[in-house]
Amino acid sequence: MTRGMRRVCRIVIAAAAVLTAGFGELRGTGDLGVVVERASGRLQVVDSTARISLGVVEGLGDLSHASVVYSRDARFAYVFGRDGGLTKVDILTGTVVARVVQAGNSIGGAISGDGTLVAVSNYDPGGVKVFDARTLELVKEIPATFGAEGARSKVVGLTDAPGRRFVFSLYDAGEIWIADFSHGDEAAVTRIRDVGRQPYDALITADGRHYVAGLFGEDGLALVDLWHPELGARRILAGYGRGEQPLPVYKMPHLEGWAMTENHAFLPAVGRHEVLVVDRRTWREIGRVPVHGQPVFVMARPDGREVWVNFAHPRNDTIQIIDVESLTIRHTIEPGPAVLHMEFTPRGDEVWVSVRDADRVDVYDTATYRRLATVAVEKPSGIFLTARAHRIGL
Amino acid sequence: MVARAAMTSVGAFVATVLAVASALAAGASVPADRLSPERKASLVHLLRHDCGSCHGMRLLGGLGPPLTAQALEAKPGEMLVATVLYGRPGTPMPPWRGALSETEVRWLIDLLKSGELQ
Repeated sequence: MTRGMRRVCRIVIAAAAVLTAGFGELRGTGDLGVVVERASGRLQVVDSTARISLGVVEGLGDLSHASVVYSRDARFAYVFGRDGGLTKVDILTGTVVARVVQAGNSIGGAISGDGTLVAVSNYDPGGVKVFDARTLELVKEIPATFGAEGARSKVVGLTDAPGRRFVFSLYDAGEIWIADFSHGDEAAVTRIRDVGRQPYDALITADGRHYVAGLFGEDGLALVDLWHPELGARRILAGYGRGEQPLPVYKMPHLEGWAMTENHAFLPAVGRHEVLVVDRRTWREIGRVPVHGQPVFVMARPDGREVWVNFAHPRNDTIQIIDVESLTIRHTIEPGPAVLHMEFTPRGDEVWVSVRDADRVDVYDTATYRRLATVAVEKPSGIFLTARAHRIGL
Repeated sequence: MVARAAMTSVGAFVATVLAVASALAAGASVPADRLSPERKASLVHLLRHDCGSCHGMRLLGGLGPPLTAQALEAKPGEMLVATVLYGRPGTPMPPWRGALSETEVRWLIDLLKSGELQ
């Protein structure tokens, strides 16, 4: 090959690379994901292998506090907006395929294990609405009514559970409800009352058995064994603050990404600079790790060897990494102002980090803690990779 | 079990609000026009993105109530200033004194009541 031919070849290859960095070519979705641009109502579709953005999807409404779940084929992202918008996005073409504005004020959602139902939890009017995942037509509305006057509670902590069920918590009522769609589109609802004051978020363990709601109104958490919902909710870590006044809370912790390793659960203490460590078999506290600030997300690296923690305003420029054997801080990194979210690649070799006030998403190598790449994203918040499509409760 | 609140009784809270309101009414504070444009911009950023995590980035509410001009219309400014500075016991609203001065809070409340951010 002459030098000229080699040059032409290089140009052709470079042009092909440019053409493929975008929507439309034949490819899988297993290494794709979306990043929420919270202030501009857009998503960026990202490729976690190339560590680049493939493009932007616009017109999604108010995406402050937005979250995303995936269809089981990991092609469609269901985006839950703050303004009650529910949008189905095709991440291969970068297009909106369906959209409804289904409430005035919403906080998140879930997709059933069989992929047929999408549920949204609403603050106003308080309750859950369930939609056909294909068309976004309304299937069922479940008003979160409580008390003698039929007040409606804000709903938080909505997750899917095995057997075409959804589980959620009523912030104002202090209840946990289980909506069972296993016999069709008419839900059988089980109410568990008096679970504790002001449940603010919840998670379900990866096996779908235990639902855990964090309480804001008191020190402790409510645990429901979904193999035995008839036993009701059990209080765990009651009084973990040991009677001391908590610090003011400038950002609520999030429990969806709660860290579960094989033996331990790592939980954010509300209003304290601590991560609580619980034995998963007995659900009793076995330790606590002092950390840099009030934890927001406490997330296990997928291999369970480390737990990564970010923090509430105003100490939110830092991430700490806990060694799960010694329960000590192994490493501290300072990605920049307002670290809002972290998402591990499916096997945990890399982690994507939203640095809101720097308008960046950074990709770190989790073995060396070195930054590998940066993607420009305007006011990034949640990062959602498609591996979530195949996980219970995500 | 400790309730997550700076003060445990509503009476104490009301007393504090009244005390603060009268102290504020005495006019000890620095005028808002002393705030630099940079500080004002960072206050608006804080309002949208950090207050916004509960009240909504567009101030339409979330876990916390909406902060639109209409929603705040009937609420006295001094009470709102006291709520921001001292928090609201029994709710997730934290006290912002320390992070924000009284002048800054007053400027933010006036801005919210004006509806300019909507």
